[in-house]
Amino acid sequence: MPVRLADFPRVRYGMPGNAACPGCPETMGLRYVKMALGDDVVLVIPAGCSSVIQGYTPKSGINFPILNIVFASAASAASGMQAAFESQGKDTTVIVWAGDGGTGDIGFQAMSGAAERNDNIMYICADNEAYMNTGIQRSSLTPYGAWTTTTWTGKKEHKKNIPMIMIAHEVPYVATATVGYPQDFIDKLRKAAKIKGFKYIHLLAPDPVGWKFDPSLTAKLGQLAVQTGLFPLYEYENGKLTVSVFSRLYRKPEKRVPIIEYIKVQGRYAQLMKDPEKIKGLEEEIERQWKWIDILEKSSNPSSVAQQIIKENK
Amino acid sequence: MIKTLTGNYAVAEAAKLARIKVTSAYPITPQTTIVEKLSEMIEKGELEAKMIRVESEHSALAATLGAAAAGSRAFTATASHGLLYMHEVLWWTASARIPVVMAVAARAIGAPWNIHVEHSDVVDQRDTGWIIGIAQENQEVLDMTIQAFRISEDPRVYLPVIVGLDGFILTHTVAPVNVPDQKDVDNWLPPRRQPYVITPESKIAMGNMTSDDDYYMMRYSIQVGQEAAKKVIEEVDQSYGKAFGRYYGGLVECYRCDDADYVMVLMGSWAGDAKEAVKILREKGINAGIARIRFIRPWPAEILREKLYNKKGVLVFDRSISFGNAGQLFTELSSTLYGMTNIRGVIAGLGGVDVLPEDFANEMIDFVNKVEENGKVYDPIKWLFPAKYRNVKIEEVVS
Repeated sequence: MPVRLADFPRVRYGMPGNAACPGCPETMGLRYVKMALGDDVVLVIPAGCSSVIQGYTPKSGINFPILNIVFASAASAASGMQAAFESQGKDTTVIVWAGDGGTGDIGFQAMSGAAERNDNIMYICADNEAYMNTGIQRSSLTPYGAWTTTTWTGKKEHKKNIPMIMIAHEVPYVATATVGYPQDFIDKLRKAAKIKGFKYIHLLAPDPVGWKFDPSLTAKLGQLAVQTGLFPLYEYENGKLTVSVFSRLYRKPEKRVPIIEYIKVQGRYAQLMKDPEKIKGLEEEIERQWKWIDILEKSSNPSSVAQQIIKENK
Repeated sequence: MIKTLTGNYAVAEAAKLARIKVTSAYPITPQTTIVEKLSEMIEKGELEAKMIRVESEHSALAATLGAAAAGSRAFTATASHGLLYMHEVLWWTASARIPVVMAVAARAIGAPWNIHVEHSDVVDQRDTGWIIGIAQENQEVLDMTIQAFRISEDPRVYLPVIVGLDGFILTHTVAPVNVPDQKDVDNWLPPRRQPYVITPESKIAMGNMTSDDDYYMMRYSIQVGQEAAKKVIEEVDQSYGKAFGRYYGGLVECYRCDDADYVMVLMGSWAGDAKEAVKILREKGINAGIARIRFIRPWPAEILREKLYNKKGVLVFDRSISFGNAGQLFTELSSTLYGMTNIRGVIAGLGGVDVLPEDFANEMIDFVNKVEENGKVYDPIKWLFPAKYRNVKIEEVVS
């Protein structure tokens, strides 16, 4: 479904003077959420940058009703709210807005539980690839080679692939998006909101502070992540995976923007720039991403594909 | 209607009578049959509520909190490690002033694993802002659970409530329970009230940061709610007594304590055994009584001071201990009665170890003798070891 910028509401959903850093991708993302879904939305936010960005209660810099909640159980609190709304006969969309830590690490168990129960909530992971709110410590979603304040010489492990893990939960809808392509994100939000059950959207959120790039480049970094092939945009719906329109060109390696263009503008990859051998680590990551997509795309039943692969490997 | 119910089934019946709309829980012994019964009631259509079968206790209370924040009456139950695992969410719930009710099947904490009764899990929650009650028997479990919703949702209070019931002794023991009619409970229990509801129209952000000054004042307001709860609990118990014929004494049940010289202070199911001990002691000429703590939060300081200040001595039985100091009831009570009377704390029944009426009686006789010999007694800890370790050299057992 094409999304026209001119159709968006002109309401200010992120208020001026909120506590976000310059170039913050989270305020961009939150703005798009409300532009896409309108007013029948309630947010559940665990600890993270977004719990700070709101500013001081009783006022809030984010124009949403919000239940802030402890770090490890955002999905469960959302499930509870949704159950209450449903018993009151309301079809309010309850959205968890969590960071990569609140999603892939400390909040993972609760999210996996809500996904397995297929609770009728939407879960958005605003992935800035480290624990930014506490000062840029590595998370399981920090990419290979990236500097953080707990990986001074670059992270040794690869990024945990949460969207694929959510596909393995066989929930009705999983998508990836980035603040670099708001139309794509908004389209996916609107589609997800119409689906009953557990919806997961993984939003890549380039962070000028933690990734060390110029705050004017937030959207550009989101686009580069897609154009280098490192962060493919796709949707998984009714057991079928489809590469999204903005990523289709870049499934061919020769069409991709060289990864160096993405790395060189980010201070967190300074180590990689000194040691080109290590850049291969990220190139391998690109290959891995697309290999998964190739496998899942061919099937209407990804779990049977997984079984097939296991058989072939025996 | 009289039914024969375990304590856990009494909890489930009470939650149903309170017309909970959402429940979420994770099974843990000895709480499990509460969850099972509620599931059965919901699936049979006897209870119109949603059950969220979460993957942990941390999630159980978070889901309950979420449902309650969205305006529905919500309930959960847990025990022991489950309660400790959700400890963080207990703080959040009370500080968010969200009324909810939780049953806690009081149980020991590992290591080593032990599923039997102890109060360590419940008393560990004293500082969270929750109102905490502990019942003596199954009828009181049902009545206290129904009352808990009204206390929690009273605008003077707006704090969550724990209903404690002793693991196995109550949770799994069948007793006759008078179950009120639904229409009578409907008449007695007002519709859901809460300080705010988060809806799309509400534009409320709950729990985001605030200034340290405002945070401080919010903390103060919780204390105001706790203080108000002292009055509300008494009122609610009296009103319940008028409606259903059972009044328990509000915060403290005074059992033959008015004319007593010596009073035992304790909480939970073993108060029944202690009451037997009072009969034994009175036959022996010792004027004993019991002040049974029904609510450890809010702490009934004024009542205890009024009832106990002029006694010859107070003997406190704790089924838990704050290691490095003494039993928690003892420390609370000795601060309440500072210098007013003789006091001794006894640590007993940990991990479900049996304590018999004779044990209570013997401990009291020993205490009375000491008071009459010395005139002044302040003993923070006396260990009532399990029977098999009473006549051995303890240094040889524990080394």
